[in-house]
Amino acid sequence: MVMEKTNTPHESSNTSGTSQPIECGCGHDHLNLQFASGEPLIQACNLTIKFGGHTAIRDVSLTVHKKEIVTLIGPNGAGKSTLLRALLRAIKPTSGEVWRRHGLVIGYVPQKLNIDPIMPMTVERFLSIPDHRPLDERKEALSNVGASHTLNQSVQSLSGGEFQRVLLARAILRKPDLLVLDEPVQGVDFQGQTELYKLISRLKEQSGFGILMVSHDLHIVMAETDRVVCINGHVCCSGAPTQVSDSPEYLALFGGQTKPGLAVYHHLHDHTHDDGHQHGPDCDHTSQGEQ
Amino acid sequence: MVFEDFFLRAIAAGVGVAIIAGPLGCFVVWRRMAYFGDTLAHSALLGVALGLLLGFNLTVGIIATAIMIALLVTLFQHQKRLASDTLLGIMAHSSLAISLVVLGLLQGFRVDLLSYLFGDVLAVTLEDIYWIYGGGIIAMILLSWIWKDLLALTLHEELARAEGINVTLVQTLFMVTVAIVIAIAMKVVGVLLITSLLIIPAAAARRFSTTPEQMAVIASIIGAVSVIGGLMGSLHWDTPSGPSIVVAQVTLFIGGLLFGSLLNKMVKRSV
Repeated sequence: MVMEKTNTPHESSNTSGTSQPIECGCGHDHLNLQFASGEPLIQACNLTIKFGGHTAIRDVSLTVHKKEIVTLIGPNGAGKSTLLRALLRAIKPTSGEVWRRHGLVIGYVPQKLNIDPIMPMTVERFLSIPDHRPLDERKEALSNVGASHTLNQSVQSLSGGEFQRVLLARAILRKPDLLVLDEPVQGVDFQGQTELYKLISRLKEQSGFGILMVSHDLHIVMAETDRVVCINGHVCCSGAPTQVSDSPEYLALFGGQTKPGLAVYHHLHDHTHDDGHQHGPDCDHTSQGEQ
Repeated sequence: MVFEDFFLRAIAAGVGVAIIAGPLGCFVVWRRMAYFGDTLAHSALLGVALGLLLGFNLTVGIIATAIMIALLVTLFQHQKRLASDTLLGIMAHSSLAISLVVLGLLQGFRVDLLSYLFGDVLAVTLEDIYWIYGGGIIAMILLSWIWKDLLALTLHEELARAEGINVTLVQTLFMVTVAIVIAIAMKVVGVLLITSLLIIPAAAARRFSTTPEQMAVIASIIGAVSVIGGLMGSLHWDTPSGPSIVVAQVTLFIGGLLFGSLLNKMVKRSV
Protein backbone atom coordinates (compact mmCIF):
# COMPACT_ATOMS: atom_id res chain seq x y z
CA MET A 1 0.00 0.00 0.00
CA VAL A 2 1.34 3.41 -0.91
CA MET A 3 1.00 5.94 1.85
CA GLU A 4 0.62 9.47 0.79
CA LYS A 5 2.96 11.75 2.75
CA THR A 6 0.83 14.72 3.37
CA ASN A 7 0.30 16.80 6.43
CA THR A 8 -3.03 18.21 5.51
CA PRO A 9 -4.94 18.70 8.72
CA HIS A 10 -8.39 17.32 9.25
CA GLU A 11 -10.78 19.24 7.15
CA SER A 12 -13.71 17.75 8.82
CA SER A 13 -15.36 18.43 12.07
CA ASN A 14 -17.69 16.03 13.74
CA THR A 15 -21.04 17.18 12.52
CA SER A 16 -22.78 15.41 15.35
CA GLY A 17 -21.51 18.23 17.58
CA THR A 18 -21.42 17.71 21.29
CA SER A 19 -23.62 14.68 21.49
CA GLN A 20 -22.06 11.57 22.88
CA PRO A 21 -23.24 8.15 21.80
CA ILE A 22 -25.30 6.14 24.20
CA GLU A 23 -23.95 2.64 24.35
CA CYS A 24 -25.63 -0.31 25.85
CA GLY A 25 -24.78 -2.90 23.27
CA CYS A 26 -28.16 -4.47 23.47
CA GLY A 27 -28.68 -4.48 19.77
CA HIS A 28 -30.94 -1.49 19.38
CA ASP A 29 -30.14 1.64 17.57
CA HIS A 30 -30.71 4.08 20.39
CA LEU A 31 -28.85 6.79 18.57
CA ASN A 32 -31.94 7.54 16.55
CA LEU A 33 -32.90 9.89 19.33
CA GLN A 34 -29.83 12.03 19.04
CA PHE A 35 -30.30 13.20 15.51
CA ALA A 36 -33.96 13.83 15.77
CA SER A 37 -33.33 17.41 14.64
CA GLY A 38 -32.89 16.20 11.06
CA GLU A 39 -35.93 14.96 9.21
CA PRO A 40 -35.97 11.14 9.02
CA LEU A 41 -35.68 9.86 5.46
CA ILE A 42 -35.75 6.12 5.76
CA GLN A 43 -36.30 3.85 8.68
CA ALA A 44 -36.04 0.15 9.34
CA CYS A 45 -38.11 -1.00 12.29
CA ASN A 46 -37.25 -4.32 13.90
CA LEU A 47 -36.39 -5.97 10.63
CA THR A 48 -35.93 -9.72 10.63
CA ILE A 49 -35.09 -11.44 7.39
CA LYS A 50 -34.87 -15.20 6.98
CA PHE A 51 -33.76 -17.15 3.97
CA GLY A 52 -35.16 -20.64 4.32
CA GLY A 53 -34.26 -21.57 7.88
CA HIS A 54 -31.32 -19.20 8.08
CA THR A 55 -31.78 -15.86 9.80
CA ALA A 56 -29.78 -13.24 7.90
CA ILE A 57 -30.64 -10.30 10.14
CA ARG A 58 -32.61 -10.21 13.34
CA ASP A 59 -34.51 -7.35 14.88
CA VAL A 60 -32.52 -4.59 13.19
CA SER A 61 -33.65 -1.00 13.47
CA LEU A 62 -31.98 1.86 11.70
CA THR A 63 -32.84 5.41 10.72
CA VAL A 64 -31.13 7.78 8.32
CA HIS A 65 -31.95 11.45 8.64
CA LYS A 66 -31.50 14.35 6.32
CA LYS A 67 -27.89 15.58 6.05
CA GLU A 68 -26.70 12.63 8.07
CA ILE A 69 -24.04 10.12 7.11
CA VAL A 70 -24.60 6.62 8.44
CA THR A 71 -21.95 4.01 7.78
CA LEU A 72 -22.92 0.38 8.03
CA ILE A 73 -20.05 -1.96 8.88
CA GLY A 74 -19.78 -5.60 9.74
CA PRO A 75 -17.91 -8.76 8.82
CA ASN A 76 -18.65 -10.74 5.67
CA GLY A 77 -21.99 -12.46 5.85
CA ALA A 78 -23.16 -10.14 8.62
CA GLY A 79 -26.22 -9.14 6.67
CA LYS A 80 -25.13 -5.68 5.52
CA SER A 81 -26.24 -6.26 1.95
CA THR A 82 -29.41 -7.98 3.10
CA LEU A 83 -30.30 -4.97 5.21
CA LEU A 84 -29.48 -2.63 2.36
CA ARG A 85 -31.58 -4.61 -0.09
CA ALA A 86 -34.48 -4.61 2.33
CA LEU A 87 -34.20 -0.83 2.67
CA LEU A 88 -34.16 -0.55 -1.12
CA ARG A 89 -37.21 -2.81 -1.25
CA ALA A 90 -35.41 -5.42 -3.29
CA ILE A 91 -36.36 -8.08 -0.73
CA LYS A 92 -39.30 -8.34 1.62
CA PRO A 93 -38.57 -8.65 5.34
CA THR A 94 -39.88 -11.69 7.19
CA SER A 95 -41.04 -9.36 9.92
CA GLY A 96 -40.64 -5.69 10.69
CA GLU A 97 -41.16 -2.72 8.45
CA VAL A 98 -39.33 -0.34 6.19
CA TRP A 99 -40.64 3.18 6.27
CA ARG A 100 -39.70 5.79 3.70
CA ARG A 101 -40.52 9.45 3.66
CA HIS A 102 -43.25 10.00 1.09
CA GLY A 103 -41.77 10.61 -2.35
CA LEU A 104 -38.23 9.84 -1.22
CA VAL A 105 -35.82 9.98 -4.15
CA ILE A 106 -32.95 7.54 -3.77
CA GLY A 107 -29.67 7.76 -5.64
CA TYR A 108 -28.02 4.37 -5.59
CA VAL A 109 -24.39 3.51 -6.24
CA PRO A 110 -24.21 -0.27 -6.38
CA GLN A 111 -21.17 -2.21 -5.31
CA LYS A 112 -20.65 -3.74 -8.72
CA LEU A 113 -22.02 -2.72 -12.04
CA ASN A 114 -20.56 -4.65 -14.90
CA ILE A 115 -21.75 -3.42 -18.24
CA ASP A 116 -21.39 -6.16 -20.80
CA PRO A 117 -19.29 -5.05 -23.79
CA ILE A 118 -22.18 -6.07 -26.06
CA MET A 119 -24.04 -2.99 -24.87
CA PRO A 120 -22.66 0.20 -26.36
CA MET A 121 -22.73 2.84 -23.67
CA THR A 122 -20.94 6.14 -23.41
CA VAL A 123 -20.63 8.04 -20.15
CA GLU A 124 -22.76 10.77 -21.69
CA ARG A 125 -25.58 8.30 -22.34
CA PHE A 126 -25.12 6.46 -19.05
CA LEU A 127 -25.74 9.61 -17.05
CA SER A 128 -29.25 9.78 -18.52
CA ILE A 129 -30.23 6.41 -17.06
CA PRO A 130 -33.01 5.90 -16.29
CA ASP A 131 -34.35 9.40 -17.01
CA HIS A 132 -33.13 11.89 -19.53
CA ARG A 133 -31.03 14.75 -18.13
CA PRO A 134 -30.06 17.86 -20.10
CA LEU A 135 -26.53 17.70 -21.45
CA ASP A 136 -25.30 20.72 -19.50
CA GLU A 137 -26.58 19.15 -16.26
CA ARG A 138 -24.73 15.97 -17.11
CA LYS A 139 -21.54 17.89 -17.86
CA GLU A 140 -21.85 19.80 -14.61
CA ALA A 141 -22.35 16.61 -12.60
CA LEU A 142 -19.29 15.07 -14.23
CA SER A 143 -17.11 18.06 -13.51
CA ASN A 144 -18.50 18.03 -9.97
CA VAL A 145 -17.06 14.57 -9.43
CA GLY A 146 -13.88 15.38 -11.31
CA ALA A 147 -14.49 13.14 -14.29
CA SER A 148 -15.22 15.63 -17.08
CA HIS A 149 -12.71 13.96 -19.37
CA THR A 150 -14.77 10.76 -19.50
CA LEU A 151 -17.86 12.31 -21.14
CA ASN A 152 -17.41 10.73 -24.56
CA GLN A 153 -15.66 7.57 -23.46
CA SER A 154 -17.36 4.22 -23.36
CA VAL A 155 -18.10 3.08 -19.82
CA GLN A 156 -16.28 -0.19 -20.39
CA SER A 157 -13.01 1.70 -20.92
CA LEU A 158 -13.05 3.49 -17.56
CA SER A 159 -10.83 2.61 -14.62
CA GLY A 160 -12.41 1.49 -11.34
CA GLY A 161 -12.00 4.91 -9.74
CA GLU A 162 -13.33 6.76 -12.79
CA PHE A 163 -16.36 4.51 -12.99
CA GLN A 164 -17.11 5.07 -9.30
CA ARG A 165 -17.11 8.80 -9.97
CA VAL A 166 -19.39 8.37 -12.97
CA LEU A 167 -21.74 6.25 -10.86
CA LEU A 168 -21.76 9.01 -8.25
CA ALA A 169 -22.46 11.63 -10.90
CA ARG A 170 -25.39 9.59 -12.21
CA ALA A 171 -26.77 9.18 -8.70
CA ILE A 172 -26.56 12.90 -7.83
CA LEU A 173 -28.16 13.85 -11.15
CA ARG A 174 -31.35 12.39 -9.75
CA LYS A 175 -31.23 15.10 -7.08
CA PRO A 176 -31.67 12.45 -4.41
CA ASP A 177 -32.85 12.92 -0.84
CA LEU A 178 -30.88 9.87 0.12
CA LEU A 179 -27.68 8.60 -1.41
CA VAL A 180 -27.07 4.89 -0.90
CA LEU A 181 -23.48 3.80 -1.44
CA ASP A 182 -22.59 0.11 -1.36
CA GLU A 183 -18.88 -0.16 -0.60
CA PRO A 184 -18.01 2.86 -2.72
CA VAL A 185 -14.26 2.61 -2.20
CA GLN A 186 -13.89 -1.10 -2.76
CA GLY A 187 -11.15 -1.84 -5.25
CA VAL A 188 -9.92 1.75 -5.17
CA ASP A 189 -6.39 2.35 -3.91
CA PHE A 190 -5.70 4.10 -0.62
CA GLN A 191 -5.06 7.47 -2.17
CA GLY A 192 -8.23 7.11 -4.19
CA GLN A 193 -10.25 6.17 -1.11
CA THR A 194 -9.50 9.37 0.77
CA GLU A 195 -10.22 11.36 -2.38
CA LEU A 196 -13.53 9.62 -2.94
CA TYR A 197 -14.52 10.17 0.67
CA LYS A 198 -13.66 13.85 0.41
CA LEU A 199 -15.69 14.05 -2.78
CA ILE A 200 -18.71 12.34 -1.20
CA SER A 201 -18.58 14.68 1.77
CA ARG A 202 -18.31 17.73 -0.48
CA LEU A 203 -21.31 16.58 -2.53
CA LYS A 204 -23.26 16.11 0.67
CA GLU A 205 -22.40 19.62 1.82
CA GLN A 206 -23.53 20.99 -1.55
CA SER A 207 -26.82 19.16 -1.81
CA GLY A 208 -27.76 18.24 1.75
CA PHE A 209 -28.88 14.69 1.13
CA GLY A 210 -28.60 11.92 3.70
CA ILE A 211 -26.07 9.18 3.06
CA LEU A 212 -26.28 5.52 3.90
CA MET A 213 -22.99 3.83 3.17
CA VAL A 214 -21.86 0.23 3.49
CA SER A 215 -18.18 -0.27 4.21
CA HIS A 216 -16.16 -3.44 4.24
CA ASP A 217 -13.56 -1.94 6.57
CA LEU A 218 -14.35 -2.64 10.20
CA HIS A 219 -12.18 0.10 11.67
CA ILE A 220 -11.60 2.86 9.17
CA VAL A 221 -14.61 4.88 8.08
CA MET A 222 -15.23 8.14 6.34
CA ALA A 223 -14.33 10.96 8.74
CA GLU A 224 -17.59 12.84 8.28
CA THR A 225 -19.62 9.82 9.30
CA ASP A 226 -22.11 10.87 11.93
CA ARG A 227 -22.88 7.39 13.02
CA VAL A 228 -21.37 3.98 12.53
CA VAL A 229 -23.65 1.01 12.87
CA CYS A 230 -21.91 -2.31 13.24
CA ILE A 231 -24.07 -5.25 12.40
CA ASN A 232 -23.48 -8.94 12.63
CA GLY A 233 -26.88 -10.47 12.24
CA HIS A 234 -28.16 -7.83 14.61
CA VAL A 235 -26.94 -4.36 15.56
CA CYS A 236 -23.83 -5.07 17.60
CA CYS A 237 -22.99 -1.51 18.46
CA SER A 238 -23.23 1.94 17.03
CA GLY A 239 -21.79 5.35 17.68
CA ALA A 240 -19.75 8.19 16.29
CA PRO A 241 -16.31 7.40 14.93
CA THR A 242 -13.30 8.71 16.83
CA GLN A 243 -11.56 11.56 15.16
CA VAL A 244 -8.53 11.61 17.42
CA SER A 245 -5.37 10.76 15.63
CA ASP A 246 -3.60 9.40 18.70
CA SER A 247 -5.72 6.28 19.01
CA PRO A 248 -3.53 3.18 18.74
CA GLU A 249 -5.36 1.89 15.65
CA TYR A 250 -4.91 5.15 13.87
CA LEU A 251 -1.23 5.33 14.74
CA ALA A 252 -0.69 1.77 13.66
CA LEU A 253 -2.36 2.36 10.35
CA PHE A 254 -1.01 5.72 9.41
CA GLY A 255 2.28 5.89 11.32
CA GLY A 256 1.40 9.11 13.07
CA GLN A 257 0.27 10.85 9.93
CA THR A 258 -3.12 12.43 9.92
CA LYS A 259 -5.08 11.18 6.96
CA PRO A 260 -7.78 13.47 5.72
CA GLY A 261 -11.12 11.91 5.08
CA LEU A 262 -10.75 8.90 7.34
CA ALA A 263 -11.57 8.19 10.96
CA VAL A 264 -11.35 5.27 13.33
CA TYR A 265 -14.33 3.53 14.80
CA HIS A 266 -14.02 1.86 18.21
CA HIS A 267 -16.24 -1.13 18.63
CA LEU A 268 -17.97 -1.47 21.94
CA HIS A 269 -18.99 -5.07 21.89
CA ASP A 270 -19.99 -6.44 25.24
CA HIS A 271 -21.43 -9.67 24.02
CA THR A 272 -20.26 -12.72 22.17
CA HIS A 273 -21.91 -14.62 19.38
CA ASP A 274 -20.90 -18.04 20.63
CA ASP A 275 -23.59 -18.45 23.20
CA GLY A 276 -26.28 -16.39 21.66
CA HIS A 277 -27.44 -12.91 22.38
CA GLN A 278 -26.13 -11.46 25.62
CA HIS A 279 -26.77 -8.05 26.94
CA GLY A 280 -24.71 -5.43 28.63
CA PRO A 281 -25.48 -4.71 32.23
CA ASP A 282 -27.40 -1.51 31.60
CA CYS A 283 -29.53 -2.69 28.77
CA ASP A 284 -33.22 -2.44 29.10
CA HIS A 285 -35.19 -3.36 26.04
CA THR A 286 -38.33 -1.72 27.20
CA SER A 287 -37.18 1.73 28.19
CA GLN A 288 -35.60 2.84 24.93
CA GLY A 289 -38.21 3.07 22.25
CA GLU A 290 -37.66 3.82 18.63
CA GLN A 291 -38.48 7.33 17.78
CA MET B 1 -37.01 -5.06 -63.32
CA VAL B 2 -40.67 -5.66 -62.58
CA PHE B 3 -41.57 -7.57 -59.45
CA GLU B 4 -44.59 -9.72 -59.00
CA ASP B 5 -47.12 -8.75 -56.33
CA PHE B 6 -46.24 -11.70 -54.13
CA PHE B 7 -42.64 -10.57 -54.09
CA LEU B 8 -43.53 -7.01 -53.07
CA ARG B 9 -45.78 -8.41 -50.33
CA ALA B 10 -42.88 -10.55 -49.13
CA ILE B 11 -40.59 -7.52 -49.02
CA ALA B 12 -43.19 -5.49 -47.14
CA ALA B 13 -43.75 -8.28 -44.62
CA GLY B 14 -40.05 -8.98 -44.12
CA VAL B 15 -39.06 -5.33 -43.74
CA GLY B 16 -41.90 -4.77 -41.29
CA VAL B 17 -40.67 -7.62 -39.11
CA ALA B 18 -37.04 -6.53 -39.43
CA ILE B 19 -37.80 -2.99 -38.23
CA ILE B 20 -39.27 -4.15 -34.90
CA ALA B 21 -36.87 -7.10 -34.58
CA GLY B 22 -33.93 -4.66 -34.53
CA PRO B 23 -34.53 -2.88 -31.22
CA LEU B 24 -36.15 -5.90 -29.61
CA GLY B 25 -33.26 -8.11 -30.69
CA CYS B 26 -30.84 -5.69 -29.05
CA PHE B 27 -32.52 -6.34 -25.71
CA VAL B 28 -32.50 -10.08 -26.34
CA VAL B 29 -28.75 -9.81 -26.91
CA TRP B 30 -28.08 -7.43 -24.00
CA ARG B 31 -30.12 -9.50 -21.58
CA ARG B 32 -28.60 -12.78 -22.83
CA MET B 33 -31.97 -14.14 -23.71
CA ALA B 34 -31.23 -15.81 -27.03
CA TYR B 35 -32.26 -19.21 -25.70
CA PHE B 36 -35.35 -17.72 -24.14
CA GLY B 37 -36.33 -16.31 -27.52
CA ASP B 38 -35.74 -19.70 -29.06
CA THR B 39 -38.01 -21.32 -26.50
CA LEU B 40 -40.80 -18.87 -27.21
CA ALA B 41 -40.34 -19.45 -30.93
CA HIS B 42 -40.65 -23.20 -30.49
CA SER B 43 -43.74 -22.72 -28.39
CA ALA B 44 -45.25 -20.70 -31.23
CA LEU B 45 -45.80 -23.96 -33.09
CA LEU B 46 -47.81 -25.12 -30.11
CA GLY B 47 -49.94 -22.04 -30.69
CA VAL B 48 -50.52 -23.14 -34.28
CA ALA B 49 -51.50 -26.62 -33.16
CA LEU B 50 -53.86 -25.32 -30.48
CA GLY B 51 -55.29 -22.77 -32.90
CA LEU B 52 -56.08 -25.49 -35.44
CA LEU B 53 -57.40 -27.83 -32.76
CA LEU B 54 -59.68 -25.29 -31.13
CA GLY B 55 -60.43 -23.35 -34.27
CA PHE B 56 -59.34 -19.82 -33.49
CA ASN B 57 -57.14 -17.40 -35.36
CA LEU B 58 -53.63 -18.79 -35.63
CA THR B 59 -51.80 -15.50 -34.96
CA VAL B 60 -53.87 -14.94 -31.84
CA GLY B 61 -53.13 -18.53 -30.81
CA ILE B 62 -49.41 -18.02 -31.31
CA ILE B 63 -49.32 -14.78 -29.31
CA ALA B 64 -51.38 -16.29 -26.49
CA THR B 65 -49.24 -19.43 -26.29
CA ALA B 66 -46.00 -17.48 -26.41
CA ILE B 67 -47.17 -15.17 -23.61
CA MET B 68 -48.27 -18.16 -21.56
CA ILE B 69 -44.94 -19.94 -22.01
CA ALA B 70 -43.11 -16.70 -21.18
CA LEU B 71 -45.04 -16.32 -17.94
CA LEU B 72 -44.53 -19.98 -17.14
CA VAL B 73 -40.78 -19.66 -17.63
CA THR B 74 -40.68 -16.57 -15.39
CA LEU B 75 -42.65 -18.42 -12.77
CA PHE B 76 -40.38 -21.46 -12.87
CA GLN B 77 -37.23 -19.38 -12.84
CA HIS B 78 -37.90 -18.49 -9.22
CA GLN B 79 -37.27 -22.08 -8.20
CA LYS B 80 -33.62 -22.92 -7.80
CA ARG B 81 -33.56 -26.64 -8.46
CA LEU B 82 -33.24 -26.52 -12.23
CA ALA B 83 -30.81 -24.26 -14.05
CA SER B 84 -32.45 -21.77 -16.33
CA ASP B 85 -31.09 -23.25 -19.55
CA THR B 86 -32.25 -26.74 -18.55
CA LEU B 87 -35.69 -25.35 -17.90
CA LEU B 88 -35.76 -23.49 -21.22
CA GLY B 89 -34.57 -26.62 -23.02
CA ILE B 90 -37.38 -28.67 -21.51
CA MET B 91 -39.95 -26.01 -22.44
CA ALA B 92 -38.65 -25.53 -25.98
CA HIS B 93 -38.48 -29.15 -26.95
CA SER B 94 -41.55 -30.36 -25.13
CA SER B 95 -43.67 -27.66 -26.74
CA LEU B 96 -42.20 -28.48 -30.15
CA ALA B 97 -42.81 -32.19 -29.66
CA ILE B 98 -46.31 -31.74 -28.28
CA SER B 99 -47.28 -29.50 -31.16
CA LEU B 100 -45.94 -32.00 -33.71
CA VAL B 101 -47.94 -34.76 -32.04
CA VAL B 102 -51.09 -32.63 -32.00
CA LEU B 103 -50.61 -31.65 -35.64
CA GLY B 104 -50.19 -35.34 -36.46
CA LEU B 105 -53.42 -36.17 -34.70
CA LEU B 106 -55.37 -33.52 -36.60
CA GLN B 107 -56.48 -35.81 -39.39
CA GLY B 108 -58.57 -33.58 -41.60
CA PHE B 109 -55.98 -30.83 -41.95
CA ARG B 110 -53.20 -30.86 -44.49
CA VAL B 111 -50.74 -28.81 -42.51
CA ASP B 112 -47.71 -27.56 -44.36
CA LEU B 113 -45.27 -28.17 -41.55
CA LEU B 114 -42.24 -26.88 -43.44
CA SER B 115 -43.84 -23.47 -43.89
CA TYR B 116 -44.28 -23.20 -40.12
CA LEU B 117 -40.78 -24.41 -39.37
CA PHE B 118 -38.95 -22.33 -41.98
CA GLY B 119 -41.49 -19.72 -42.97
CA ASP B 120 -43.11 -19.06 -46.29
CA VAL B 121 -42.78 -15.37 -46.82
CA LEU B 122 -43.51 -15.60 -50.54
CA ALA B 123 -47.00 -16.79 -49.65
CA VAL B 124 -47.95 -13.96 -47.30
CA THR B 125 -51.36 -12.48 -47.93
CA LEU B 126 -52.49 -8.93 -47.50
CA GLU B 127 -54.13 -10.00 -44.24
CA ASP B 128 -50.78 -11.31 -43.00
CA ILE B 129 -49.26 -7.92 -43.74
CA TYR B 130 -51.96 -6.19 -41.73
CA TRP B 131 -51.15 -8.52 -38.85
CA ILE B 132 -47.44 -7.87 -39.19
CA TYR B 133 -47.76 -4.07 -39.25
CA GLY B 134 -50.51 -3.99 -36.63
CA GLY B 135 -48.58 -6.24 -34.27
CA GLY B 136 -45.33 -4.50 -35.12
CA ILE B 137 -46.75 -1.07 -34.27
CA ILE B 138 -48.16 -2.34 -30.97
CA ALA B 139 -44.82 -3.96 -30.16
CA MET B 140 -43.00 -0.77 -31.06
CA ILE B 141 -45.27 1.34 -28.84
CA LEU B 142 -44.84 -1.08 -25.93
CA LEU B 143 -41.10 -1.22 -26.37
CA SER B 144 -40.62 2.53 -26.60
CA TRP B 145 -42.81 2.95 -23.55
CA ILE B 146 -40.67 0.62 -21.40
CA TRP B 147 -37.38 1.44 -23.15
CA LYS B 148 -35.65 3.56 -20.51
CA ASP B 149 -36.78 1.43 -17.58
CA LEU B 150 -35.88 -1.79 -19.35
CA LEU B 151 -32.47 -0.35 -20.15
CA ALA B 152 -31.91 0.57 -16.49
CA LEU B 153 -32.89 -2.85 -15.24
CA THR B 154 -30.80 -4.54 -17.92
CA LEU B 155 -27.78 -2.67 -16.56
CA HIS B 156 -28.53 -3.40 -12.91
CA GLU B 157 -31.80 -4.82 -11.67
CA GLU B 158 -31.32 -3.80 -8.06
CA LEU B 159 -30.45 -0.26 -9.05
CA ALA B 160 -33.62 -0.04 -11.12
CA ARG B 161 -35.66 -1.39 -8.23
CA ALA B 162 -33.97 0.95 -5.74
CA GLU B 163 -34.73 3.94 -7.89
CA GLY B 164 -38.39 3.13 -8.11
CA ILE B 165 -38.84 1.19 -11.34
CA ASN B 166 -41.58 -1.45 -11.32
CA VAL B 167 -39.31 -4.30 -12.41
CA THR B 168 -41.98 -6.98 -12.63
CA LEU B 169 -44.26 -4.86 -14.80
CA VAL B 170 -41.46 -3.88 -17.18
CA GLN B 171 -40.23 -7.47 -17.50
CA THR B 172 -43.73 -8.75 -18.17
CA LEU B 173 -44.40 -6.13 -20.83
CA PHE B 174 -41.07 -6.98 -22.43
CA MET B 175 -42.04 -10.64 -22.65
CA VAL B 176 -45.41 -9.74 -24.16
CA THR B 177 -43.54 -7.70 -26.78
CA VAL B 178 -41.23 -10.62 -27.56
CA ALA B 179 -44.26 -12.89 -27.87
CA ILE B 180 -45.97 -10.53 -30.33
CA VAL B 181 -42.88 -10.15 -32.46
CA ILE B 182 -42.30 -13.91 -32.56
CA ALA B 183 -45.85 -14.42 -33.71
CA ILE B 184 -45.50 -11.99 -36.59
CA ALA B 185 -41.94 -13.06 -37.46
CA MET B 186 -43.05 -16.66 -37.80
CA LYS B 187 -44.67 -15.90 -41.13
CA VAL B 188 -41.37 -14.66 -42.51
CA VAL B 189 -38.72 -17.10 -41.32
CA GLY B 190 -40.57 -19.81 -39.38
CA VAL B 191 -40.11 -20.98 -35.79
CA LEU B 192 -36.66 -22.48 -36.20
CA LEU B 193 -35.06 -19.32 -37.54
CA ILE B 194 -36.87 -16.55 -35.64
CA THR B 195 -34.11 -16.10 -33.07
CA SER B 196 -31.64 -15.35 -35.84
CA LEU B 197 -33.85 -12.47 -36.95
CA LEU B 198 -33.57 -11.04 -33.46
CA ILE B 199 -29.94 -11.61 -32.59
CA ILE B 200 -27.90 -11.47 -35.80
CA PRO B 201 -28.77 -7.88 -36.85
CA ALA B 202 -28.27 -6.73 -33.23
CA ALA B 203 -24.89 -8.47 -33.00
CA ALA B 204 -23.87 -7.03 -36.36
CA ALA B 205 -24.92 -3.53 -35.29
CA ARG B 206 -22.79 -3.52 -32.12
CA ARG B 207 -19.59 -2.65 -33.95
CA PHE B 208 -21.07 0.45 -35.53
CA SER B 209 -22.76 1.98 -32.51
CA THR B 210 -21.80 3.89 -29.39
CA THR B 211 -25.17 4.13 -27.66
CA PRO B 212 -28.00 1.62 -27.15
CA GLU B 213 -30.35 3.68 -29.32
CA GLN B 214 -27.89 3.76 -32.21
CA MET B 215 -27.49 0.01 -31.99
CA ALA B 216 -31.27 -0.44 -32.14
CA VAL B 217 -31.65 1.70 -35.26
CA ILE B 218 -28.65 0.16 -37.02
CA ALA B 219 -29.96 -3.34 -36.20
CA SER B 220 -33.27 -2.45 -37.87
CA ILE B 221 -31.46 -1.19 -40.96
CA ILE B 222 -29.24 -4.28 -41.16
CA GLY B 223 -32.31 -6.47 -40.71
CA ALA B 224 -34.24 -4.67 -43.48
CA VAL B 225 -31.28 -4.79 -45.86
CA SER B 226 -30.84 -8.51 -45.28
CA VAL B 227 -34.54 -9.15 -45.87
CA ILE B 228 -34.36 -7.37 -49.23
CA GLY B 229 -31.04 -8.96 -50.11
CA GLY B 230 -32.14 -12.41 -49.00
CA LEU B 231 -35.39 -12.27 -50.95
CA MET B 232 -33.61 -11.05 -54.10
CA GLY B 233 -31.14 -13.88 -53.70
CA SER B 234 -33.90 -16.39 -53.19
CA LEU B 235 -35.62 -15.16 -56.35
CA HIS B 236 -32.40 -15.24 -58.33
CA TRP B 237 -31.09 -18.61 -57.24
CA ASP B 238 -34.47 -20.16 -56.46
CA THR B 239 -33.56 -20.89 -52.85
CA PRO B 240 -35.96 -21.09 -49.87
CA SER B 241 -36.86 -17.56 -48.80
CA GLY B 242 -36.60 -17.72 -44.98
CA PRO B 243 -33.19 -19.37 -44.86
CA SER B 244 -31.99 -17.03 -47.62
CA ILE B 245 -32.81 -14.04 -45.41
CA VAL B 246 -30.82 -15.56 -42.56
CA VAL B 247 -27.90 -16.26 -44.88
CA ALA B 248 -28.00 -12.62 -45.97
CA GLN B 249 -27.92 -11.56 -42.30
CA VAL B 250 -24.93 -13.74 -41.57
CA THR B 251 -23.18 -12.39 -44.65
CA LEU B 252 -23.73 -8.84 -43.40
CA PHE B 253 -22.59 -9.84 -39.91
CA ILE B 254 -19.33 -11.35 -41.16
CA GLY B 255 -18.87 -8.52 -43.62
CA GLY B 256 -19.29 -6.09 -40.76
CA LEU B 257 -16.69 -7.92 -38.71
CA LEU B 258 -14.14 -7.87 -41.54
CA PHE B 259 -14.92 -4.28 -42.49
CA GLY B 260 -14.74 -3.23 -38.87
CA SER B 261 -11.35 -4.77 -38.21
CA LEU B 262 -10.08 -3.36 -41.51
CA LEU B 263 -11.31 0.05 -40.42
CA ASN B 264 -9.59 -0.35 -37.05
CA LYS B 265 -6.30 -1.18 -38.75
CA MET B 266 -6.56 1.83 -41.02
CA VAL B 267 -7.30 4.10 -38.06
CA LYS B 268 -4.33 2.68 -36.17
CA ARG B 269 -2.05 3.11 -39.15
CA SER B 270 -3.06 6.70 -39.65
CA VAL B 271 -2.47 7.57 -35.99
